[in-house]
Amino acid sequence: MALIEIKGVDFTYNELETPALANINLSIEAGEFIAIIGGNGSGKSTLAKLLNVLLLPGSGKVLVDGMDTADEKYKLKIRQKVGMVFQNPDNQLVAARVEDDIAFGPENLGIPGPEIRKRVDQALELVGMAGFHDYPPHELSGGQKQRIAIAGIIAMEPDCIVLDEPTAMLDPKGRKEVMDTIHFLNKEKGITIIHITHFMEETIGADRIFVMHNGAIYKEGTPEEIFHSISDIKRLGLDVTVVVELAERLKKEGFNLPDVLTISELVDCLC
Amino acid sequence: MLRNINIGQYIARDSIIHKLDARIKIIITILMITALFFIDSFKGYFLFLLAVLFIIYLSQISFMRIIRGLRPVLFLVLLTLILHIFFTRGGEVIWQWRFITIEKNGLITGLFMVSRILLLIMFTSLLTLTTSPLQLTDGIESLLRPLKRFGIPASELAMMMTIALRFIPTLLEEADKIMKAQMARGADFESGNIIRRSKNLIPLLVPLFISAFRRADDLALAMESRCYHGGEGRTKLHELKVKTQDFIALFISILFSILVSFF
Ligand SMILES: Nc1ncnc2c1ncn2[C@@H]1O[C@H](COP(=O)(O)OP(=O)(O)OP(=O)(O)O)[C@@H](O)[C@H]1O
Ligand SMILES: [Mg+2]
Repeated sequence: MALIEIKGVDFTYNELETPALANINLSIEAGEFIAIIGGNGSGKSTLAKLLNVLLLPGSGKVLVDGMDTADEKYKLKIRQKVGMVFQNPDNQLVAARVEDDIAFGPENLGIPGPEIRKRVDQALELVGMAGFHDYPPHELSGGQKQRIAIAGIIAMEPDCIVLDEPTAMLDPKGRKEVMDTIHFLNKEKGITIIHITHFMEETIGADRIFVMHNGAIYKEGTPEEIFHSISDIKRLGLDVTVVVELAERLKKEGFNLPDVLTISELVDCLC
Repeated sequence: MLRNINIGQYIARDSIIHKLDARIKIIITILMITALFFIDSFKGYFLFLLAVLFIIYLSQISFMRIIRGLRPVLFLVLLTLILHIFFTRGGEVIWQWRFITIEKNGLITGLFMVSRILLLIMFTSLLTLTTSPLQLTDGIESLLRPLKRFGIPASELAMMMTIALRFIPTLLEEADKIMKAQMARGADFESGNIIRRSKNLIPLLVPLFISAFRRADDLALAMESRCYHGGEGRTKLHELKVKTQDFIALFISILFSILVSFF
């Protein structure tokens, strides 16, 4: 059974005419790294909120580990299994001290104090911020705040983390920190990652990419497949990465190149 | 402008007083202040002062820091003294000049009141100087918990205090940023009379409020997605535990407050 299954889901915000999501069908296996891209207003955040019971589908079903999100009795269980990291690093930390913030989720779940202590320490270790227990959030950089937000989710021992544009407000260094952290968690801890982003280069290394457009899944495939339908992607107003663009132009000029995604692959092929 | 952001007046030290349980410290403070109102002799006040000095010594906080904490009430203290000296009647006349007389009762009541106010401020500021706002929050929550039955939402109140503590620095930083942005556009926050100045605050307050509401919206969503569902069934990372030294401190202060209220 897939970890997340979405069957024929529609969603319309109240009083709006056009649906934010229309007939979404997809399934995500445990351990996958999924990237979701799409233009502004294409429905990415709405989809993310459906996975965490922050929204309920208008029609169709969202199943997490076989549990229907529409069933009130599964709500907390599903929120524990599917954690969510938001865009603004300042607006999702609750407590005035890092360790209290990470403890927030487990406290809500009613986990005993000593066990929370253990989880907080482990979570800080996993996001590479051991020793930051006592820091107040406002003294941390954006990338560090996002990693604390991730640690706060990890401490709830989730199966899956949904990140809704976690890097949009970060500088390049912070973006790299966050990307390295979620790839590490996916590889080493087997946590399923659903990463929503505007940056094409952040989808490299994903197992599958969903491209969203006008509330529907426009395309689905591996990064190789998606990146090389350049004209399609550009039509949606999204940018492909510089490397892919360069390789494509070289091919047009008669170079014989295989499909490449990263700079080092391109360098290897050319030299 | 808004530099030196520092919430509360907590001073971190590694002292016995700092290590006491926050709840016990709150209870002791209430107890001692109650006792203070029963004292009606200078001997009593002197004894109380000795106790305060002893606690200051134990807490490793400099005496000058405590004295500085008294400055804001200086005006109130002087006013109290003057009012009592000139207007409280009774007892023998100590000093007279034309129609102004000072009588003994006025002087004594005035001095009593002043000692009371000063000692009260000293004792309560000892509480806030040696207990971090986070510990205070936990302590208050724990003390209010039995009142849940009467509809007092202790853990929700504590959550509000926690969030306030978390966001005060963030909002101050933001206010600073907005202020600079508006000053770059020619806004003037520093001159003019009170009315003018408060009018000039509008371009600061409006964006600040809008942003605060947006933050509140985001935060509510984030809290909900992290399984927050009110105080029901919530556990705590830091469980408060009363230790032996807490009981000893409580016992001593009960004895002391009984003793001192007979003076
Ligand atoms: N709270 C809301 N109330 C009403 N309409 C909304 C609300 N949130 C989003 N919408 C609308 O639903 C559609 C999908 O929005 P959504 O936020 O899911 O897009 P998105 O892909 O996350 O966009 P972005 O890249 O800007 O984050 C948009 O047309 C948007 O205007
Ligand atoms: Mg969005």
